[in-house]
Amino acid sequence: MKRKDINFLVVGVGGQGTILSGDILSAVGMEAGYDVKKSDILGLAIRGGSVVSHVRWGEVVGAPMSMKGTIHYLIAFEPLEALRGLGFLAPEGVVLLNTYAIPPVVVTTGELKYPSWDEIEARLRERAEVVYGFNATEKAQSLGNVRTVNVILLGALSNLLDVPASLWEETIKKYVPSKYEEINVKAFNIGQNLIKEEQKHENYGY
Amino acid sequence: MKAILSGNEAIARGAYEAGVQIAAGYPGTPSSEIIETIAKEYGDSIYTEWSTNEKVAMDAAAGAAYSGERCIVTTKQVGMNVLSDSLMYTVYTGVEAGLVVVTADDPGLFSSQNEQDNRWYSRLAKIPTLEPADSQEAKDYLKLGIELSERYDTPILLRSVMRVSHSKSIVILDKRVENPKKIDTFPRSIEKYNCTAMYAREMHPMVEERLKRIAEYAERAEINRIEWQDSSLGIITSGVVYTYVKDVFPHASVLKLGMTYPLPRRLIGSFAESVKKLLVIEELDPVLEEQIKAMGIEVIGKELFPACFELLPDRLREIALEAGLIKDESLKIESIKSDSNNDLPMRSPVLCPGCPHRSLFYLLAKHKLAVAGDIGCYNLGCLPPFRAQHTMGAMGASVGVLHGMSIADIKEPRVCTIGDSTFFHSGMPPLVNMVHNRSRGVVIIMDNSSTAMTGHQDHPGVDWAVLPTREAEKVDIENLVKAMGVKMVRVVNAFEIEEVDKGLKECLEYDGPSVLITKGECIFISHFKDTSYLVNEELCNACGRCFRVGCPAVVLSEEKHERTGKFKAKIDVTLCNGCSICAQVCPTKAIYQPEEGEVK
Ligand SMILES: Cc1ncc(C[n+]2csc(CCOP(=O)(O)OP(=O)(O)O)c2C)c(N)n1
Repeated sequence: MKRKDINFLVVGVGGQGTILSGDILSAVGMEAGYDVKKSDILGLAIRGGSVVSHVRWGEVVGAPMSMKGTIHYLIAFEPLEALRGLGFLAPEGVVLLNTYAIPPVVVTTGELKYPSWDEIEARLRERAEVVYGFNATEKAQSLGNVRTVNVILLGALSNLLDVPASLWEETIKKYVPSKYEEINVKAFNIGQNLIKEEQKHENYGY
Repeated sequence: MKAILSGNEAIARGAYEAGVQIAAGYPGTPSSEIIETIAKEYGDSIYTEWSTNEKVAMDAAAGAAYSGERCIVTTKQVGMNVLSDSLMYTVYTGVEAGLVVVTADDPGLFSSQNEQDNRWYSRLAKIPTLEPADSQEAKDYLKLGIELSERYDTPILLRSVMRVSHSKSIVILDKRVENPKKIDTFPRSIEKYNCTAMYAREMHPMVEERLKRIAEYAERAEINRIEWQDSSLGIITSGVVYTYVKDVFPHASVLKLGMTYPLPRRLIGSFAESVKKLLVIEELDPVLEEQIKAMGIEVIGKELFPACFELLPDRLREIALEAGLIKDESLKIESIKSDSNNDLPMRSPVLCPGCPHRSLFYLLAKHKLAVAGDIGCYNLGCLPPFRAQHTMGAMGASVGVLHGMSIADIKEPRVCTIGDSTFFHSGMPPLVNMVHNRSRGVVIIMDNSSTAMTGHQDHPGVDWAVLPTREAEKVDIENLVKAMGVKMVRVVNAFEIEEVDKGLKECLEYDGPSVLITKGECIFISHFKDTSYLVNEELCNACGRCFRVGCPAVVLSEEKHERTGKFKAKIDVTLCNGCSICAQVCPTKAIYQPEEGEVK
């Protein structure tokens, strides 16, 4: 049976662990039997810039990045970055959003304004079929490690894909240092529960 | 076995499988992960080093290849300019064992100062060139490169781009083969390895003759292949652009060139004859197009597909639709064009919380000095809130430009900034030049014990190497510049603003060339993390001075100052590393480090 192509876009701010989550997502795709390609825009080895990763699962994947209007899942680690990635979303696309805002320096210096929540919400609704929003940073902090934000988001995403949870967990263990395995599996479960609770319902809160 | 590898990881894997014994390079995005992966994964089998600069790496590889060891050299596109002087002679001499030079170009300028197309070097140096499209090919072509290098007695150029180097795809892994060559004594073939004019005169015709033989190989090589589809449209392409072409033109016939120099004339000619309309789709310069046109073949190239920036699928598609080359089948392009999210505040990279460069740029901005800048993390000093690096062009250039300002006798105090790695790379000759020619100006060497911007690699100023098991000797910058004849040298702690300011002022007063060394480890080296600072909102008078240290952890509070209506400051505890620079500039002592446990 020919598999359906699935296109993902992972966006965030340097230092948030977006690259690692895209790597895990790619490896899960391969283990699940897909052809997989990924393209990262890493920029400089510095924190604070926008980070973008394309991940594509399919029967045979061509280019490592998707065209505008063809992303099925936009996984956004930060609201402003979510808006920047919106143009890639397919009409039936789904957004997974960490609502924790990280204002860029041009905002803290007062030159430009961070969009208001009303505006963010309006723009998201204009483009996206479904938006799941939650404060993953806060969840990660209360779990005891901010760096688990990425795995929390993957946990949430896993609910929307047809890949067994055990495969996700095994792959995550391969990709995180062994002393962080346990906390990351916990983070994954937190993520799973985040949208299990209101599966398939629009859920927007912050 | 299969694995998902980035193009750079795949090149490293290819080096391992090809029996490469030596890997040398100088860091540069998007090439750096090749050497790093080799050191990490295959360090037992391959000697790996970060050399002082690209030319040094190239010469080292030449010497090792003359000694019968298989070698690769890695560089980013602009590093090729530094390396090229030595590339030229290796093409004349050839090698004993395989030598592949890997260049990772940066179409789209994601992290480079220009968008140069290194395929021109193929023609300039007359070096056979391979261009992989994805990770599997990156690995295969590296191995093929070693094989061709030995078969034809020439170095080979492997040209990657950011979208190959930093993209990942599935790769089938093979075993390592060992280099059968073992040489105990260095070859004394003066006629082969000494390019004195007398011998080089013999070498050049051999290079031309060799190219002809390789062009014959290119006619039948598997890596140059035609994928027949509809013959109304034919496309010649190479590298990662091939994958974009396949997505955008699923019905066209495609000639994919895996070897882009020398070109297979007959193959191209017969492909051209078999299709109605012929396009050449290549990113950046019309390197293939001009050669194909020179064969007398009619092609459409740069008049449709511009020379600037990447030709990503979206862009290709738009061009192809407008030119009537394809029909829109699925996507609602209108909705995409009307995308209204281009007005958002940019997130430019900033100096990390805890960065040792911050104090200096705060001061350079405050004193409004004229600053010749160099390349490294510190070039972020050209952005707001500092705007205090007024030039930047190439590595090591800042010191020479400072000297130029000095001999032009501009009437204001002048300094240049240069990182420790950049100083070793190419900052030493211009500093010696300043000493010898009695220049005046302050050379600020920002010593953060790291080549930070490209991923925190080692350089001669640290006592560790990319291969953790290999010991390395540390070269002391202070002693070095003194030995070079600089009489005024100040060394300061980069995390103490007043100390930096004092050192800077002393150097500025000195009538001659002076050096200020700001010492403070990059946080990726020190992993320094102290308790986060906090702002006492009652003491904060919203003066905004702490915002001028440009730290992403210092953000606007929701709270406004009653009188001025300006926003007060707040510290994001998830980002703060506790370096205290913001606290040092705060005039009301509102920024403080709480006792353990006070932070929520
Ligand atoms: C010829 C050349 N080689 C490599 C690079 C890539 N590159 C840019 S800056 C830099 C060095 C940065 O190290 P350093 O000077 O120590 O500054 P830091 O980033 O640590 O502040 C490198 C290798 C380049 N731009 N040009």
